Amino acid sequence: MTTSSPTPVLAARGLTKRYGQVTALDGADFELLPGEILAVIGDNGAGKSTLIKALSGALVPDSGEIKLDGKAVHFKSPSDARKAGIETVYQDLAVAPAMTIAENLFLGREIKRGGLLGKLHVINKKQMLDEAVKYMQELKIGIRSMKQAVETLSGGQRQGVAVARSAAFAKHVVILDEPTAALGVKESGMVLDLIRRVRDRGLPVILISHNMPHVFEISDRIHIQRLGRRAALVNTKDITMPDAVAIMTGAKTI
Amino acid sequence: MSTQTPKSSNPASSSILSKLPPLTILGPLAALLLSIIFFSLQSDRFLAGRNFSLIVQQVMVVGVLAIGQTLVVLTGGIDLSNGMVMALGQVVMTKFAMDFGMPPYLAILCGLLVTMGFGFLNGLLITRINLPPFIVTLGTLNIAFAITQIYSKAQTVSNLPDSMLLLGETFKIGETAINYGSVLMLLLFLFVWFVLRDTAPGRHVYAVGNNAEAARLNGIPSKRVLLIIYTLAGLMYGIAALLLVARTSVGDPNAGQTENLESITAVVLGGTSLFGGRGNVLGTLIGALIVGVFRNGLTLIGVSSVYQILITGILVILAVTTDQLSRRKG
Repeated sequence: MTTSSPTPVLAARGLTKRYGQVTALDGADFELLPGEILAVIGDNGAGKSTLIKALSGALVPDSGEIKLDGKAVHFKSPSDARKAGIETVYQDLAVAPAMTIAENLFLGREIKRGGLLGKLHVINKKQMLDEAVKYMQELKIGIRSMKQAVETLSGGQRQGVAVARSAAFAKHVVILDEPTAALGVKESGMVLDLIRRVRDRGLPVILISHNMPHVFEISDRIHIQRLGRRAALVNTKDITMPDAVAIMTGAKTI
Repeated sequence: MSTQTPKSSNPASSSILSKLPPLTILGPLAALLLSIIFFSLQSDRFLAGRNFSLIVQQVMVVGVLAIGQTLVVLTGGIDLSNGMVMALGQVVMTKFAMDFGMPPYLAILCGLLVTMGFGFLNGLLITRINLPPFIVTLGTLNIAFAITQIYSKAQTVSNLPDSMLLLGETFKIGETAINYGSVLMLLLFLFVWFVLRDTAPGRHVYAVGNNAEAARLNGIPSKRVLLIIYTLAGLMYGIAALLLVARTSVGDPNAGQTENLESITAVVLGGTSLFGGRGNVLGTLIGALIVGVFRNGLTLIGVSSVYQILITGILVILAVTTDQLSRRKG
């Protein structure tokens, strides 16, 4: 275990969640430090997604506490977590395929016009477009036109849009669920670069992934989940890939 | 992927292409123009201002119904009840005015509230109990039909006050008489088009139709959007009822029996996808006009109405096929 001097951005203690006979979370702890990429790994059924759902407000744990910037929080829905500054990019990419990139970036948070038109919810397409261009530029996502429909993009570019959207609006934490799962080598590389840039902008990132090479390439620390608990929390540079897998499968303990 | 310089210094070709509305609106427009050219060559009476005014007048009821239908289809739903709800609306309007001696405006308001109530009921069943729109509106279609028949005792309501028929009256531009109802229809199309295109709630309708779960995860209250859309569609059906009363001068309990399919035809011909999330209400106007032009033109050149139905059927299949194929490609 690492000693943590700064206040964790997001921390959890003793989270439990039961579904009838099945215990998905069995007193799991969690800790995300400022400015880090924390990978969450674990075998199927280890409670990874349940943990992430609890942190992102998609489910309410039976017991345990979650702290954001040291203050206890109780998320009842994903929008509670969003309002608190935690943005999640889901595996199945919550995008509207027939709508433009700019519209997708501002989905549900459209920029309104000023004055009376704004009160009538008339949107400012120009400003949305300009900000989309500026923002995608900052994250070095090279897409020619923000007026393109998202469905015209490649898988990696779509993932880029989803990541950019969450990074644009997250005040505290970005959670990425298997962001490279459906991507080729080149596209994965692009998304990993993007994740680093998000971190370099000061936003801590939680990365759930099955892809060990990607986890070791990009993460600062690794949270290994096993049997509903955190089996280990290690600095990525202090552990080898075979050891991580061994802890994950229970062949080895720390 | 290349890092491109920002601003609108995109290559001209791509920016023009992205500005042009896709096939979804150019296709219907081309079909409309071709059919107009075709019928102009077939009949010299076709290309008269009077005839065009007549075509618009003939499509105004289905046109306004189809506005409501477009809203519903954009969310990924469908509304089979709209013709019957309209019939109920016009019976309520006319009977309230005649039986209770209600002031016409109040009676009209009651009719609109009834049609909105039906829309709200559709929305409630679809969002709260998660029933498929097809089944829900098939049920409310029958309920609205039965109530209409029971309440009116299958009797037509006539001798209506003039103020209820105002929208059926005309004004002249040159030689062409245009009725107020047609103008109201066109204004409604423009208004809904603007709201869908340029306001946040309008974009949310598309978002819900594209991916309701994504919309929800991004903080758009998908279910509330659906409920509002079905209710607004109900309002459109009430306005269509008022237009029908104005055009026919009666409250007819047997009206609206084929209008549900006609409104769907207009929506589909207009390029709005039955899968939701893509399309445009101006396309629906074009779709309604295509149907109107075909009906009118085929009548002028003496083709019997059975063939008109046949041709409409073929057009719908063509439009839906185009939609399906373009989706498969994407």
